[in-house]
Amino acid sequence: MIERIPELVNHDPAIVRWGRHMNETFMVEVGDQQYLLTVREGRVESVTRGPFVMRAWRFAIRAKKDCWEKFWQKVPAPGWHDLFALLRRGDVTFEGDQRVLMAYLLYLKLVLAAPRRLAA
Amino acid sequence: MSARIESVTGRYAHVDLDGRPHRIYFEEAGQGIPLLCLHTAGSDARQFRAVLNDPAITQHFRVVAFDMPWHGKSSPPAGWEKEDYRLTTATYTGQIMTVARELGLERPVVMGCSIGGRIVLDLVLKHAKALRALIGLQSAAYVERYYESAWLNHAEVHGGQACGAIAYGLMSPLSPEGHRWETVWHYMQGGPGVFTGDLFFYQVEGDIRERIGAIDTAICPLYMLTGEYDYSASPKDTEAAAARIKGAKVTIMKGLGHFPMSENPDAFLGYLRPVLEEIRATAR
Repeated sequence: MIERIPELVNHDPAIVRWGRHMNETFMVEVGDQQYLLTVREGRVESVTRGPFVMRAWRFAIRAKKDCWEKFWQKVPAPGWHDLFALLRRGDVTFEGDQRVLMAYLLYLKLVLAAPRRLAA
Repeated sequence: MSARIESVTGRYAHVDLDGRPHRIYFEEAGQGIPLLCLHTAGSDARQFRAVLNDPAITQHFRVVAFDMPWHGKSSPPAGWEKEDYRLTTATYTGQIMTVARELGLERPVVMGCSIGGRIVLDLVLKHAKALRALIGLQSAAYVERYYESAWLNHAEVHGGQACGAIAYGLMSPLSPEGHRWETVWHYMQGGPGVFTGDLFFYQVEGDIRERIGAIDTAICPLYMLTGEYDYSASPKDTEAAAARIKGAKVTIMKGLGHFPMSENPDAFLGYLRPVLEEIRATAR
């Protein structure tokens, strides 16, 4: 799912516009699997699959695989529909530069929810 | 003239709150039993646009929704530039009772959402005899901090966008896009630090868990309506509060989130109308 984010986001100006000023690399952890997403002016330039050795990232968003699977349902169940819903229960953790994460929170929510469009 | 003009009117009232003069904006429609509506933290009375425009309600109720000071078109009091805004139980209760009195709302029904859903629990403890009935939307006795609200008022984070992002997630994915983004817009228009200041009441000072057992719904009926997609004041939180209040009537609203009246007006009105009908038929 997560590898398809560039095509989903980059063809959707309604998402790109919220990240127009973002130029960052951040980590998303899906269980044990790590990914680095690089954003250039709101476009997701690359999604790179780990493992990584000494790579830098601005912030990390980590959750278990089954949490992401519930999050990426076409219509997620209550409590699985938003990053902060997971945060309240401790099912997701944020690390690194929280200031940047909060500055682009709306964009990040839209980017990370984009794979729902691929769900059956 | 061909524009469709709503029967809602918007006016300003001059009242003293906490000993300081305020110019308070309020919207009003309908006649009958006074129904005072309280918006959520960091937003304004536009959230109640559908309630104010529902003929089924306005034919029996005088619906009034005001913008709290610092919110919407109610400016902060003179001198605001020298202080941090922080909402407290005493200030919030004072606003509601003063606005009700000064606008001549006699024994109103009070309906509040989120922080408004919290304060109605306090109102029923202190002012039950002065009120006809209370409707708490997304009511919880307490919500602990689960994110750092200081980021919502930080020079290196766009407060409007960050507040909008918080509100966006609290809604149901099933609610209509247009109404969801309208609700986000209200949040994006909030003044700097205002949402954070409201959250001080919601997540710190306004903890009412110790006191809700004393609520007497025999004097003033209490209805609690909560959307199932709300993770801030979740159905579980509402049910936990209601379990300690004898006579509280709980409805879990399917497919709705934290802003039922604004994110999906049609679905919400379907839940609200029967409650108002019951109040009209039974409340003293």
